[in-house]
Amino acid sequence: MLMKLKILMSKLKILIELFITFSKIGAVTFGGGYAMLMILLREIVQNKHWATEQELTDYYAIAQCTPGVIAVNVATFVGRKTAGNLGGIIATLAVVFPSVVIISLLAGVIKAYASLEWVKNAFAGVRVCVCVLIFNAVIKLFNKAIIDKKTLIIYLLVLAGAMTLNISPVVFVILAGIAGIILSVKKS
Amino acid sequence: MMYLKLFLEFFNTGLFAIGGGMATLPFLYDIADRTNWFTRHQLADMIAVSESTPGPIGVNMATYAGYITSGLTGSIIATLGLITPSIIIILIIGAFLYAFRDNKYVNGAFYGLRPASSAMITSAGLIVAHVTFLNGNNLNFKAVALAVILLIFTHAIKFTRGLHPVFWIAFSAIVGIIFKF
Repeated sequence: MLMKLKILMSKLKILIELFITFSKIGAVTFGGGYAMLMILLREIVQNKHWATEQELTDYYAIAQCTPGVIAVNVATFVGRKTAGNLGGIIATLAVVFPSVVIISLLAGVIKAYASLEWVKNAFAGVRVCVCVLIFNAVIKLFNKAIIDKKTLIIYLLVLAGAMTLNISPVVFVILAGIAGIILSVKKS
Repeated sequence: MMYLKLFLEFFNTGLFAIGGGMATLPFLYDIADRTNWFTRHQLADMIAVSESTPGPIGVNMATYAGYITSGLTGSIIATLGLITPSIIIILIIGAFLYAFRDNKYVNGAFYGLRPASSAMITSAGLIVAHVTFLNGNNLNFKAVALAVILLIFTHAIKFTRGLHPVFWIAFSAIVGIIFKF
């Protein structure tokens, strides 16, 4: 009985540690991407020893090409490895927890001041910046994704489709996945 | 009923958006077009706020969109919707990690998915550009000038190229206020 209680307590302790660590990661990650990988390396590999550097790099690589937000996917991977399925769920909830708090507070404030002239001007300026940031993100992705003529054709077809047809992005995702399988399996 | 709809829309986004935070953008535009939850205009502001606050961009955008749709509960439900597919998929993949990574069909699918994802983000970017650079049929010269300056700073000048996006967002907000955009 005492033994069982001890095991239960140590499990609970790991889950709490997972929650705290991933909340911290969620709170200090700015904009995601490679900056986040550095933070993960420090917290997960060096401080907590929950995964090796090689494992974390593998998780990151797979998280990039599975559906969903990269940081969320990595959190699920590490949580699962550390404390099973429940660990995966706890780590994932933890990594989004700061976002929910911060954005909810901020969205309320923005809503209250949105009609002020200078706030409108500020957002008009920021929208220009957002265009440039999306443009820069597209260039980075484009360089990694468009590696030959076939991928260029997929890119152009989906772009034309997304701009002219009023259909769900899901359709493009499914069609592109099937096209990718047919094109690359035929090649090999 | 509203909450269930919200959950399902973001579940759908989490399930099909591949390639990180920005990949959720085409889905959010799709939601904006089909529902009256938020407008395309609001989405552009959401991106800015999501880029300049802590947390993964995709999560921040879902939280923000959920908040605009139905307050704090909405933000929680949208976020849970977004992460549920991730949790299910990763817990399954985690069980046979390396078999997944080395599978030729999986790799083949991503060979096609990566350019498609880039194309959809390009399209979403063009929508933001449309509301930003055009006032009706007139070109907004102030906006174009700022965009050119930002492009030069983030590409051509070595000293400023590596700066964090939050810096450029703050810079643009100040320019917007001073020059009355």
